[in-house]
Amino acid sequence: MSGDVTGDLAWGRLDRRAGLAGAIYAGGFAVGSGFITGYWVVVEGSLATALTWIVPAILLVTAGGAVFGEWMRRVTAYQVTPEMFEVRTGVLFRKRLALRRERIRSVDLTAGQVLRVLDTVTVRVGTGEHAGKEGTVTLWPLRRETAQALRAALLAHAAVDEARAHVSEGALVRFDRSWIRYAPLSVVTPVLGVGAFGGVLQVAEWFGQQERVIETVGSWFGPAPVLVIIAVLAAALFVVGAVAALGLWIEMWWNHTLEREADGTLRVRRGLLTARSISLQESRLRGVELVEPLGARLAGAARVDAVATGLTTGEEDKTDSRTLLPAAPRDVADRVAADVLREITAPPTAAPLTPHPASARRRRLRWALGSVVALEAVLVLLGLLLTPVLLHVAWASAVVLVPVAILLALDAYRALGHAISGDYLVARSGTVRRATVALQRRGIVGWTVRQSVLQRRAGLVTVIATTAAGSGAYAVHDAAEQDGLALADAAVPDLLRPFLEGPGPTAP
Amino acid sequence: MGLWALQLVLLAGVPAAILGVLGLLIEPARFWLLLPAVVIAVVGAVSALLFPRLWFRHHRWEVTDHAVYTRTGWLFQEWRIAPLSRIQTVDTVRGPLEQRFGLATLTVTTASAKGAVKIEGLDAETAADLAEALTFATQTTPEDAT
Repeated sequence: MSGDVTGDLAWGRLDRRAGLAGAIYAGGFAVGSGFITGYWVVVEGSLATALTWIVPAILLVTAGGAVFGEWMRRVTAYQVTPEMFEVRTGVLFRKRLALRRERIRSVDLTAGQVLRVLDTVTVRVGTGEHAGKEGTVTLWPLRRETAQALRAALLAHAAVDEARAHVSEGALVRFDRSWIRYAPLSVVTPVLGVGAFGGVLQVAEWFGQQERVIETVGSWFGPAPVLVIIAVLAAALFVVGAVAALGLWIEMWWNHTLEREADGTLRVRRGLLTARSISLQESRLRGVELVEPLGARLAGAARVDAVATGLTTGEEDKTDSRTLLPAAPRDVADRVAADVLREITAPPTAAPLTPHPASARRRRLRWALGSVVALEAVLVLLGLLLTPVLLHVAWASAVVLVPVAILLALDAYRALGHAISGDYLVARSGTVRRATVALQRRGIVGWTVRQSVLQRRAGLVTVIATTAAGSGAYAVHDAAEQDGLALADAAVPDLLRPFLEGPGPTAP
Repeated sequence: MGLWALQLVLLAGVPAAILGVLGLLIEPARFWLLLPAVVIAVVGAVSALLFPRLWFRHHRWEVTDHAVYTRTGWLFQEWRIAPLSRIQTVDTVRGPLEQRFGLATLTVTTASAKGAVKIEGLDAETAADLAEALTFATQTTPEDAT
């Protein structure tokens, strides 16, 4: 199998501990599932039967993991030539991959706990092809030093822009422990709370104890009214969720640093148990996005995401790999955004924005109330047809939902705004997730202008800048017709000109 | 215009026909199957008569020395602009229905995942000429296009 690669000295290999790592992973999985199966065998049969069947099975799976790891090591080799990065791999199907080095856009190093103990990392090399996994190569596992060297070699071609190198390299922001206070405010809190709840029931079911768990919890309350039980359970969910969110945040963001290296690469390093290192060439950067989820915004915090080409490959935790700074105080976020873009004078994300006309507010109010009315209509209709209980649910929910809808609509309107700030197009929108994007004007590769009949009557227009980076398109929602088109014209001069003078939206 | 009408007729006709046949076969649920079938058929017929005319009147495209422009839609008007220097690929596609009408769709993509400009219902010859001209024009603009 390995005869064709061992002879060549220039080929790099996976770390010798691949077999060991495979064995640990497979063994851990086997022990976990063996334990549950064993419980059932003991309940139904005897301890001896359980041991005679399960222990060999665990050993077999562990050995399988070791063989797989070792085999991966034997068949995998990589080579860095002046032009290409070549990888040969494949357990069942032999694969030869060759990536052009100037196309490589990211080299990420990740080390889970097992790999960390073994002093090894997983290396992912991405070319930023949008077609799923094709453009990504994973090397698992490599020695830490080897991986660092490989990363440096692969990204070495990134040119240093001498003229703009006035911002020195080094750390752009240092980790601050107090940022952890924003962690429980994220949406993951309720999600994790519910997840924990479901997880307990699921594990109980594996052991056939689900009913007993529910009964035990029920007996704690005794004859308490249903509403009290619901409130207490909801509070418990929230507390559990908040603790889990804190834990997750520590795991993800501990020791976070964002630094700029001498070759013009931005590098994020973070993680407590799994150490992550994410590199992003500055030449791929087209802007930044300042994201303020509702909870964080109420606490005056914001997150900074990179808007860069070739980051949304089909790998896991897509959004996380874009994040340059976790939720941090707003002024820190603005400063980091400015530093990342090398804008020393003023952060573009804090630029004063042109507000949108009042008809945009009416539009938002109409949407918000319209969706509440639609929901209530369904409830009332079903209530009349089926049971009057739903009618009570309808009025009770209307009392809560109408003010919430109005508040959200007004907030959504307040969020709207756009501006040209130096080399950047700045646009802001959203209420649950308010996002301010600062997009380099030279990064705009086209425009889409949308106007529905209703928008036409209200004199509004939605202007969307398309770009190769980030989500591919960034919209200025419901701007005044003249403002929106003038913005597009100012952002990329001359492109819209013939279109404005011709049969445009103003003179159809 | 004929193509769009046919597309709409097929879009509404196929589900309406399926529901209709099912409605005739399945006795107890007949009313609840035939009702939507009729509604879909009526809506489809009306839009097949109305929308193609509207679209035909409102759809515009233009290629200048700098960019490709299109305007589509009536209820939701949309203008799309792709500068020539940013164009990455130029394709023409002729589906079976389009071939029947001697038409083609020209798709111009840029580096953005969302910025493709489509010109539908072009005369097949015009589309081919345009594709050639655009390909030539993009080749002469040396830029990274991202």
